[in-house]
Amino acid sequence: MAERERSQTPPFGGVFVAHARIMSADDMGRAILRMAHEIIERNHGLEGLVVVGLQTGGVPVAERLAEALEDIEGTRPPLGCLDVALYRDDIGIRPVVPEAATDLPADIDNSLIVLVDDVLFTGRTIRAAMDAVCDYGRPRSVQLAVMIDRGHRELPIRPDYVGKNLPTRRDEVVDVHPLGVDLGSVEK
Amino acid sequence: MSTAVATRRHLLGIDGMSRGDIEGILDLTDTFAEVGRRPIPKVPALRGRTVASLFFEDSTRTRMSFETAAKRLSADTMTFTAGSSSLSKGESLRDTVEVIGSYGADAIVVRHAMAGTAHRLADWTDACVINAGDGCHEHPTQALLDCYTLRERRGDLDGMRIGIVGDIRNSRVARSNVLAFSLLGAEVVLVAPPTLLPPSIDGWPVTVSYDLDAVLPNLDACYLLRMQSERITEGLVPSMREYATDYGLDARRAALLSADAVILHPGPTNPGVELTTAVATDSRSVILNQVSNGVSVRMAVLFMLLGSGMDLAPDQSGADQEVGG
Repeated sequence: MAERERSQTPPFGGVFVAHARIMSADDMGRAILRMAHEIIERNHGLEGLVVVGLQTGGVPVAERLAEALEDIEGTRPPLGCLDVALYRDDIGIRPVVPEAATDLPADIDNSLIVLVDDVLFTGRTIRAAMDAVCDYGRPRSVQLAVMIDRGHRELPIRPDYVGKNLPTRRDEVVDVHPLGVDLGSVEK
Repeated sequence: MSTAVATRRHLLGIDGMSRGDIEGILDLTDTFAEVGRRPIPKVPALRGRTVASLFFEDSTRTRMSFETAAKRLSADTMTFTAGSSSLSKGESLRDTVEVIGSYGADAIVVRHAMAGTAHRLADWTDACVINAGDGCHEHPTQALLDCYTLRERRGDLDGMRIGIVGDIRNSRVARSNVLAFSLLGAEVVLVAPPTLLPPSIDGWPVTVSYDLDAVLPNLDACYLLRMQSERITEGLVPSMREYATDYGLDARRAALLSADAVILHPGPTNPGVELTTAVATDSRSVILNQVSNGVSVRMAVLFMLLGSGMDLAPDQSGADQEVGG
């Protein structure tokens, strides 16, 4: 298993060493297609739907999800991205650095927001994301889609659409990338 | 973001910063500029932190934009102005700083007529010190907001030719900007009468000209400095009117600048001296952008020093390594 540089994700550094391939690129494609169908089924179409990827890992997943929704329904839902760094509850406790400016469609009042992230872990990022979204308007509802739910929640947050449930140890690291999903650890 | 910024706890000057440090702050500024464009331009990032402004010299823009920046980050603010303080009872600078520290200030923004005041404060206090202008020495956040404004207009400062015109000798803005512009790869030419140049520019990465008309056609940006009547005590220029004739940017001179050149001024302007009102409102003038970008840049600086935790030791526990929370 190739080592992948994690240094481009400040402030963590270190090198991610994968121990096992959990999902292949094809597995991920199928999971995204299934989640797209679930989103359409639950919301009776794409009316008012906005797909919002969380910086940085959720953004490519959100793009693929929006493509899948377009393939099925023929129209492309608006796509946005959200950086929740300024809403985190661990500012001052560990390094927190915004990655990219938030870019949401102009008006999210009354919209149906699907937040998309790569890995759901403690739930704290999603808590921050909900606060961030509510600063932009009052959506009709907010739903959550994640590629991997790895457990260990610290807040009462539950995903609506899950690519794969993956039981993990707390000290393991999950890496979602275009070629698949790896379970491993960060070596200093 | 470079690690050099990571270990820095104060912003005392551009001197000592690297190109990567400056670019890191400018990149971060995009995030805070977006906050400023929202209907409710406020984020909870610095809740519970206190930013104290300590202004021993008058200021409109810098003080208000630091306060606006702190408030947009949900920090609490304290303001000290020399005129209404116990300075008149003989309180020393050190006393003042210790009092402010004991009220729990996490950052102190300081402006003072003496060069080196911010550096001195940094030795006396545990708070982060931000230099908002120390005498004729440095004004780093002004330089950062000018770089951000130029980058916003032109994409990149690399290879730009920037003229800095006017009272270089008394200008902290000129010192910080010469350093910042050249760090980012721009060529800087100083244009001023000999009396308004510093006694020595040895080691400055600049060229010098006394002839504004000859320089203007080659410039990508023209930075006009304010004629500081409060600092010009000797007869360095015969009169403001003569200065305006030789070095003021009027409509004729503005026409010598290329169509995509950028006109900057740190404010407040002396209308009819450094530039005419018509030039200030020219489409190439970014003076108002400088003011609004000032808030975004100062938010980035405050967040970097107080919120990013970049000076904290990296977390040791493996459990908190996961990015997806």
